[in-house]
Amino acid sequence: MIEDRPLIYKYLRHDKKFPHVWCGGCGIGILLGSLIRAIDHLGYTKDEVVLVSGIGCSGRLPVYVDFNTLHTTHGRALTFATGVKLAKPELKVIIIMGDGDATAIGGNHFIHAARRNLDLTAIIVNNNIYGMTGGQYSPTTPYGQRATTAVYGSVEHSFNIAQLAVCAGAVFAARGTVYHVRQLDGLIEKALLKNGFSVVEVISQCHTHYGRLNKLGNQIDMMKQQRDSAVPVEKARKMSPEEMEGKFEIGILVDREAPNYLEQYNKVRQKAKNALSLQLTKEEKEESERREALDKQ
Amino acid sequence: MHRRKKPEPKAQLMQGNEACAEGALIAGCRFFAGYPITPASEIAEHLSYRLPQVDGTFIQMEDEIASMGAVIGGSLAGVKSMTATSGPGFSLMQENLGFACMAEVPCVVVNVMRGGPSTGLPTNPSQGDVMQARWGTHGDHPIIVLSPSSVMECFTLTVKAFNYSEKYRTPVIFLMDEVVAHMREKVVLPEPNEVTVIDRVKPSVPPEWYLPYEDTSFGVPPMGIFGEGYRYHVTGLVHDIRGFPTLRQDEIEPFLLRLFRKISIHFADIQLVESFHTEDADLVIVAYGCTFRSAHRAMVEARARGLKVGLLKLITIWPFPRRVVEPLTRAKKTLLVPEMNMGQISREVKRVNQGMTTVLTVNKIDGTMITPQEILEKIEEEKK
Amino acid sequence: MLDRFEIRLSGTGGQGIVLAGIILAEAAGIYEGKHVVQIVSYGPAARGGTSRADVVISENEIDYPKAMGLDVLLAMNQMACDESTPELKPTGILVVDSLLVTQTSNPRVVQIPFTRIAREKCGREQMANIVALGTLSQLIPAMPAGAGIVSRESMEAAVMARIPPGTEKMNKLAFEEGIKAAEEIQKTLVFEEPSEDHDQI
Repeated sequence: MIEDRPLIYKYLRHDKKFPHVWCGGCGIGILLGSLIRAIDHLGYTKDEVVLVSGIGCSGRLPVYVDFNTLHTTHGRALTFATGVKLAKPELKVIIIMGDGDATAIGGNHFIHAARRNLDLTAIIVNNNIYGMTGGQYSPTTPYGQRATTAVYGSVEHSFNIAQLAVCAGAVFAARGTVYHVRQLDGLIEKALLKNGFSVVEVISQCHTHYGRLNKLGNQIDMMKQQRDSAVPVEKARKMSPEEMEGKFEIGILVDREAPNYLEQYNKVRQKAKNALSLQLTKEEKEESERREALDKQ
Repeated sequence: MHRRKKPEPKAQLMQGNEACAEGALIAGCRFFAGYPITPASEIAEHLSYRLPQVDGTFIQMEDEIASMGAVIGGSLAGVKSMTATSGPGFSLMQENLGFACMAEVPCVVVNVMRGGPSTGLPTNPSQGDVMQARWGTHGDHPIIVLSPSSVMECFTLTVKAFNYSEKYRTPVIFLMDEVVAHMREKVVLPEPNEVTVIDRVKPSVPPEWYLPYEDTSFGVPPMGIFGEGYRYHVTGLVHDIRGFPTLRQDEIEPFLLRLFRKISIHFADIQLVESFHTEDADLVIVAYGCTFRSAHRAMVEARARGLKVGLLKLITIWPFPRRVVEPLTRAKKTLLVPEMNMGQISREVKRVNQGMTTVLTVNKIDGTMITPQEILEKIEEEKK
Repeated sequence: MLDRFEIRLSGTGGQGIVLAGIILAEAAGIYEGKHVVQIVSYGPAARGGTSRADVVISENEIDYPKAMGLDVLLAMNQMACDESTPELKPTGILVVDSLLVTQTSNPRVVQIPFTRIAREKCGREQMANIVALGTLSQLIPAMPAGAGIVSRESMEAAVMARIPPGTEKMNKLAFEEGIKAAEEIQKTLVFEEPSEDHDQI
């Protein structure tokens, strides 16, 4: 995409040592492009954006771009982001995680962040495997598929990340793929605009590990499989479970309204201050009574 | 009703945990993230009530790992942040505590020690986390650990803990014990204008010149705040002076050594102790936390019996106050270290001592305080 | 007064032992201006189980916060009485709820049915702790070692400052019933002078 070159350059860090760590053909780069287009389109300033990540291939994303960037510990990105947002609510806090990062080691933080409904946007890159550590199976590795720690095929059942977000209470949950990149731009933009906890699951390819171990071909083949397996949400609703076998829905799974955490907490602050001023008035009254009593003596 | 007048109008009966929370507030703490745990819960409870009154934020996270993460996030966004826990939770916090060391994020972590290991003795005191506070998170790193022995110190030292964390951009561990945390004493808290509060130094150069991890003569680089124009990269990976991950040997070691140097060149400022009758003593007790109180009683009793006993109270536990303990090992005949563990600070005393004097210990891990009697018996045994 | 004056309130969780301990400590510390340390110990149960509050009062700064020799022991159940009686000083007094403590090994015992008084006079058993505080405010100043420790006025002020608004009348009644009961008993009680050798350590 020739027209994107100047835009990317506007946001890349000029003083960062390149090249980046991702394999050629990795989907994370495509996601980064989508994210930058969405941020640029919304007109956010670089200073107001905080990009938080965990550990893994996706964890390396923030370092390349010129925002406030925070590369945290494995699975904990949402917890750091919670602190940043609560301390400075005017910041736009975006969290980039991988499937293992968000739903294995960080699974508890993920469901509680969704339940709490703080105004954060979580983008989860799902490539069905732990890429950086060398291709071990993750909570989204499909049943029977291979990984370096499941050489005979995985016997665990996988998470449906976007559905998990819906069930845990996220007010916005969507799924896109790095193949459907224009749609992904739009999904990320909508998630960023959403007031409350929003989640975008991004189906991506890891041809280096997952593709190689499961004989799925190269990056192009894997993106073609994304094209062939993705079913728009509206269409998926009309399909039977048998028809949906091996396929996944893309689009917006849920978009609902709920008061966000900070709006609620501001009410707590108001209540606390009212109680405090009542208490102070009472103490002042007691103090003046005491003085009066002393004067009489 | 006859109203009795108070001799000191501002005096109040306060619990150690509450005093710690009030100290945090006066030091400027406006963010607390934590998870309930005995015997530290009162700190969270008190701050959940107090923080919203002063436009601060309290949040109860899903676990201690999350609490520590949120505290670091809050601090990076410019708000003084704290969490409070006890042994099991402190174990969970270790990973992110290391992150705070590595990324030089100021924050205060309170650990109210209870009996361990594991779930241990939730309502009983212990001093078993002294070494965990020092070495709990992996890798080489310096850390500052303070330990209070009275309710008033819970207040004043929490302020100091925040001041050190801001001044040196480091997590500070406030190591309380169950006795001090749950004890109530009469205190008169100072007014905000009577308290010295130190805030982190922020960059003054234009943002494009800002090097977030640059070495300075003070050892501590100015700290950019998210959203204030100084965009930089914060990572738990070893990083260069711009904050970017590095694998270059000429960048790795200077960075890690600076982390140590920023603490070690300020030992005189950081290492707090208090001496009682150490000048004429031939036996000096070295004690900290609630055990100091037993040791003080034992010293008073011993001196009443004509025994020349002195007492050194360690307020700063880590970095171990070697400057003060080392001269004692040359001048005194005997050092006695009572502590509610199997000998964690006495190890340090012995290390510093290098065989120069006799180092005795009183160790107790039955979930109760060491009594003055137990210390006194040891003294008399030695003096025979 | 002595260097340390030690009071232990003990009973069952839910009897208001901890609150009584706080009130006692505030009466001595805030209203009398003494140095005071209050320490509680409790088990994991919020109701039932043992509850204990130790209050140490002194003119001087207090180092060791736990009891070394009790001047006053208030026992609100049999187990508390059995457990703590050995820690009483020879000059100390034992105050028990005579309804709940039926046997004591200490001859210097003050038996008052706090719980029954609370139930019959105030209508609520939960007021037993305030009745007991009334009693203590009468007995402690009468003890040779207890002179100047805590006055009745200070104790009453501390009670009134801690109780929920709207319950002042009931608490005042409970407090005064406690005093009344103590006055009765006091007529027959002889306090021992503290000996010169009060080395309790």
